[in-house]
Amino acid sequence: MAKMNMIQALNSAHDNLLAKDPSVIIYGEDVGYFGGVFRVTHGLQEKYGKQRVFDAPISEGGIVSTAIGMGVNGLRPVVEIQFADYIYPAYDQIVSELAKLRYRSNGMFTAPVTIRSPCGGGIRGGQTHSQSPEACFTHVPGLKVVMPSNPYDAKGLLVASIECDDPVIFLEPKRLYNGPFDGNPHQSAVSWGTHPKGEVPEDYYSLELGKAEVIRAGADVTIVTYGTMVHVVEAAVKKAGIDAEIIDIRTLVPLDIDTIAASVNKTGRCVVVNEATRTGSFAAEIMSQVQEECFWRLEAPIQRVSGWDTPYPHAMEWDYFPGQDRILEAINKTLDVK
Amino acid sequence: MSHSAENKLHVPDAMFRPGDKPDFSHLDVGTAGAVKRPAVDTNPAEMRDLAYSLIRVMDDNGEAKGEWRPKIDADELRKGLRIMLLTRKYDERMFRMQRQAKMSFYLKCTGEEAVAVAATMALDDKDMLFPTYRQQGAFLTRGADLFSEMMCQVMNNELDPMQGKQLPIKYSSAEKGFFSISGPLTTHYPQAVGWAMASAYKGEDHIALAWTGDGSTAEGDFHYALQFAATYRAPCILNIVNNQWAISSPQTIAGGENTTFAARGIGYGLPALRVDGNDFLAVYAATQWAAERARAGLGATVIELYTYRVEGHSTSDDPTGYRPKDEPLHWPLGDPIERLKDHLISIGEWTQEQHEELATELETYVTECWRKVDAMGNINDPEMAHTHTAALFEQVYKEMPPHLRKQRQMLGV
Ligand SMILES: Cc1ncc(C[n+]2csc(CCOP(=O)(O)OP(=O)(O)O)c2C)c(N)n1
Repeated sequence: MAKMNMIQALNSAHDNLLAKDPSVIIYGEDVGYFGGVFRVTHGLQEKYGKQRVFDAPISEGGIVSTAIGMGVNGLRPVVEIQFADYIYPAYDQIVSELAKLRYRSNGMFTAPVTIRSPCGGGIRGGQTHSQSPEACFTHVPGLKVVMPSNPYDAKGLLVASIECDDPVIFLEPKRLYNGPFDGNPHQSAVSWGTHPKGEVPEDYYSLELGKAEVIRAGADVTIVTYGTMVHVVEAAVKKAGIDAEIIDIRTLVPLDIDTIAASVNKTGRCVVVNEATRTGSFAAEIMSQVQEECFWRLEAPIQRVSGWDTPYPHAMEWDYFPGQDRILEAINKTLDVK
Repeated sequence: MSHSAENKLHVPDAMFRPGDKPDFSHLDVGTAGAVKRPAVDTNPAEMRDLAYSLIRVMDDNGEAKGEWRPKIDADELRKGLRIMLLTRKYDERMFRMQRQAKMSFYLKCTGEEAVAVAATMALDDKDMLFPTYRQQGAFLTRGADLFSEMMCQVMNNELDPMQGKQLPIKYSSAEKGFFSISGPLTTHYPQAVGWAMASAYKGEDHIALAWTGDGSTAEGDFHYALQFAATYRAPCILNIVNNQWAISSPQTIAGGENTTFAARGIGYGLPALRVDGNDFLAVYAATQWAAERARAGLGATVIELYTYRVEGHSTSDDPTGYRPKDEPLHWPLGDPIERLKDHLISIGEWTQEQHEELATELETYVTECWRKVDAMGNINDPEMAHTHTAALFEQVYKEMPPHLRKQRQMLGV
């Protein structure tokens, strides 16, 4: 099996689907000739031609709105928003149009658009290249929201997203493009080539949307997380030798609450970890669902670890970014309740 | 009616406000037949004057003049007349019914019927329409059933094809190529361009036609549409219906005092036509020209349809608060139905008696449809409000995800 980083795995997903289905077309800023600033679409224009993979004007609203029209006319457009921080000019088209089209036309018109966008921090990107806007989309009926944490899942989930008849917001934690990240900025990135999830079949495969994965079994506490934080949580748990069960939710909407609830009912304790701004982040939604489902089994208050309620800073990035220490503190807080 | 500029911040005004005497004699509406008709493959740079003149075909006596006279036979013209008249009768009836609290909301297109009907008739059935809330005539032209597809939608009753999910008048029909009408303005405009890009990608001949209002041209989406249409040479027609008003704001607030709305196409290198929107023949001819151009792979055309919003914006609006009561009567380009009628009479294909018979026939038809609909109840009936409860959770996603199934159970349906 091939070893791939997340960029190559995403490229491979596009490659498989461009080959399989002529209704798949890809566009966005710089994605054509150059293959995208993160090189996710590298080589695809050369292989499939300018009609299938092309550059778009710097117009996020224009990119998403035209993709909707294409979706209505039978295509499966996959568009890239260069950074998730720049998705807001397209926000109205996503929220008012893409998400609601099926409902408002009672199923007469649908647009199977996939919007891919690199998100998250840990790359010294400052406030406009580091945001985690997923909660803005999880609040919108009609959208599916996906965030993978490794190359293998990234490919399988992107294939499923493009093949999905509902619109999908596919967020790529760019801190993970080249390798897993344990939250320590002084540690150089480990390559995906040394990680089991860096083994990615070159051929077509897909992973079902809406399924969480228990990536580490444990008895004492359930940690629910996604994206870059999956690896930071893993590193923290390993370092402290805690018998934690770690769940990578992978799809935020629809959320696999059954897997989460089964785990919390077993461990009786729950910590939710994400990078996004604390108030109203998706962690809050997970906490409230766990509370609804598992209240009588909980042995301690549910804890959350998130970014702070500030814009994402540049120089103070590592004070903002939830690292291993903050995660351990939250875990210990729940374990301390006897 | 000039207002002296006391400040450097220039806030444009309407030409007339309540109490003013409307007088449009200074408007240069040109002469029927005067504007040249370029070949469809003309370089847009060589036809920029068409963004500033006004294409008119019918003169004041209903006679067709000049190069833009379209090839269209009398049967087609009678069909256009019939649909415009039906649209008006429908609007009148629904407006009255809203006033009797039978439904929540209604919106008329009085005086703008040609903008929808003539443009739609100039296209093929496979072409896709991206309407606003003021092109009910386009839906009727595509053969919408007045009773089941329109009145039942407006009433959200048990036959409503949208199953109560949409505001009244926000029709949809995939089968009839009538795109679902949205709430936010102009969002459909770049969507139409995307639809056209897909058509070109598939190598098909079908084109997209979108309408937007003069006020709505100020939205970013308007510019996205022109940008993408120009970049990718999308086979589409981008209509701007300049009916002079955006609720209470005059078209000058959208920048209409500085240049024409058609001229916005020029900056993008698109061909731009400015057309008398109350002239059925001119709208038909301009649409045909643009459609031919698009089908030939030459890309998009911007068309400003110069018209006037005779009635209030909607049932929630009282236009006498911001414009003279009699302003509509002074509009210099007349009424599209009267003008097409005069034309048909002038070529010996219609008579005043036939016209009156038609009006009676359509009135009767609309009344009959309404009686059927009225018997089915309205949104204020406690029982009717629950007609579609089971559908509440459907069509959010293709398949209902577990959390929605759970919520449906919580509601007990
Ligand atoms: C994005 C957005 N902003 C505001 C509104 C409220 N609104 C509905 S119609 C309208 C006026 C539109 O005027 P115009 O585009 O000239 O079209 P007309 O109604 O005259 O046909 C406004 C402001 C809306 N529907 N969508």
